[in-house]
Amino acid sequence: MSKVLPAPSEPSQSSGSKNKIRRKGIPEGLWLRCPGCNEAIFRKEMLRALNTCPECDHHFYVSAKDRIKQVLDDGTFVEWDSELHPADPLEFSDQKKYSDRIHSEQKRTGLREAALTGTGMVRARRVAFGVTDSAFIMGSMGSVVGEKLTRLIERAIEQNLPLIIVSGSGGGARMHEGILSLMQMAKVSAALAKYDAAGGLFISVLTNPTMGGVAASFASLGDLVFAEPKALIGFAGPRTIKATIGVELPEGFQTSEFLLEHGYIDRIVTREKLKSEIARAIDYCGK
Amino acid sequence: MPDQVLDFEQPIFDLKDQIVEFESASDDSAGSTEKLREMKRQLTELTKTIYGNLTPWQTVKVARHSDRPYTVDYLSLVFEEFVELHGDKFFGDDRAVRAGFAKLDGIKVMVIGHQKGRNLKERQESYFGCAHPEGYRKAMLKMRMAEKYGLPVICFIDTPGAYPGIGAEERGQAQVIAESMFEMSRLKTPIVCVVIGEGGSGGALGIGVGNKVAMLEHSYYSVISPEGCAGILWKNGRHAEKAADALKFTASYLKNFGVIDDVIEEPLGGAHCDHHSTAARMKSYLVKTLKSLAELSEEELVRDRYERFRKIGVFTEEATINPGTSD
Repeated sequence: MSKVLPAPSEPSQSSGSKNKIRRKGIPEGLWLRCPGCNEAIFRKEMLRALNTCPECDHHFYVSAKDRIKQVLDDGTFVEWDSELHPADPLEFSDQKKYSDRIHSEQKRTGLREAALTGTGMVRARRVAFGVTDSAFIMGSMGSVVGEKLTRLIERAIEQNLPLIIVSGSGGGARMHEGILSLMQMAKVSAALAKYDAAGGLFISVLTNPTMGGVAASFASLGDLVFAEPKALIGFAGPRTIKATIGVELPEGFQTSEFLLEHGYIDRIVTREKLKSEIARAIDYCGK
Repeated sequence: MPDQVLDFEQPIFDLKDQIVEFESASDDSAGSTEKLREMKRQLTELTKTIYGNLTPWQTVKVARHSDRPYTVDYLSLVFEEFVELHGDKFFGDDRAVRAGFAKLDGIKVMVIGHQKGRNLKERQESYFGCAHPEGYRKAMLKMRMAEKYGLPVICFIDTPGAYPGIGAEERGQAQVIAESMFEMSRLKTPIVCVVIGEGGSGGALGIGVGNKVAMLEHSYYSVISPEGCAGILWKNGRHAEKAADALKFTASYLKNFGVIDDVIEEPLGGAHCDHHSTAARMKSYLVKTLKSLAELSEEELVRDRYERFRKIGVFTEEATINPGTSD
């Protein structure tokens, strides 16, 4: 649950000529420390490399909006269902009211919810496209994310489009909407079963982190499952497992590479290649 | 006397003790018979008051009661026959999930259910009702078999959650739960699911995609355990009681949310006090529900199940025209 890196802000010009290196590798200023190789890297270069480390290819967090820019052709994205807004059916409150949390997350991320959905082109191939942003309440799925994805899938059926969903979720099913969040897993999975029966191609792209109820529903149901390198992917969180079985977890446990080795993903795809790999897969499966 | 007395049940058992004491000491005079009748009436009232006002946290305790009827108890008390079918034909036979042919009032069915285990040995072999991927693969395999031969499927849900362990992750816990929901959503045979104790998150939903989903009155069904939720949102599992209040996971809430269709009433004092009466209620619910579903065609069953889950969710939608939509 604590793996999500904060969104890198735009490079600050005012931070002066001093090369600021933050202790924890949090992107800020002109330079940042890469958590992958521990090298100080130039921020602009990192951004130019689609938020990856130019030294070691560590994949940093990418916001949903940036992901759209990276995967879809310029200016082709048309958003669907942007008017859906989260409610607070449980009147949930922990140390903070859920309604306040939604508000502050919206302000912080500039998103209305954890998923953006719509249509656009991947190298001139029209697709239905969805992406979850792991910065919005851990990229967790509540009613809005479930509904948006379900509508996306239903439209992909109607319009006979390939479906691409890029997942990033440390939170899985969102606790603050209780059982309604859990049920979204069944709702989206059922829509995917319909899409499958209609012959559609679903490419699921897993990014760091994809856990819990997101991993245990749509993210695992791709005809093709791609994962970015070294992403944390799994059902139970590493801390939960450690607490249950009381032993240290093996090196590389629940990474993309671990899943590839165990047969659960088709390909590890670097961010740089993602767009062309999606286009190629569509061409292989296109009718 | 049950093996386990819950803290809030103590006054009930104290009064029961008093009644037993009084009975053994009293004569057959009209006065003492009257007194005894009064005490028994008080006992009923007290049990009704306590069990009619359970807090969510108390409900969790009842749902986890060590005497609560489990899947195997229903198999012997509700069905005329049970023919267990083991294994996922891939990796192993998960004892946390039981499956097999059964006869319900003459109707041939496939039953699938989580099993927690009554004694330590059983609990260890079933990981306290926490299924591994092979458990869900077994469930899927038997469901497909049921579809092939036109048997309705009955699922008993009773799990703290799918097992969180190394082997479970290596064998695709996330993938197999997703696939199970995917397969259940389009199974061409009736599916009835009943939460009989704990409905623990994805591990519960993995066998929970039914045409009808019901809960026993004092069971709970939640996105996360109250302890897990407290650990994350309150940073301390000791706040589980607060989390239990916040999660609104009891049967009456779920009925209002449209997540479940029916609540099966438990006998006074909870299912653990009277397995036979609980089983009788279960049987009448299952028979009635299967009969109503028998009228639907295969296509109608799949559509009905799809629509049932399709409409779940609460959100607002501004009345703006979205040019991107197709409708």
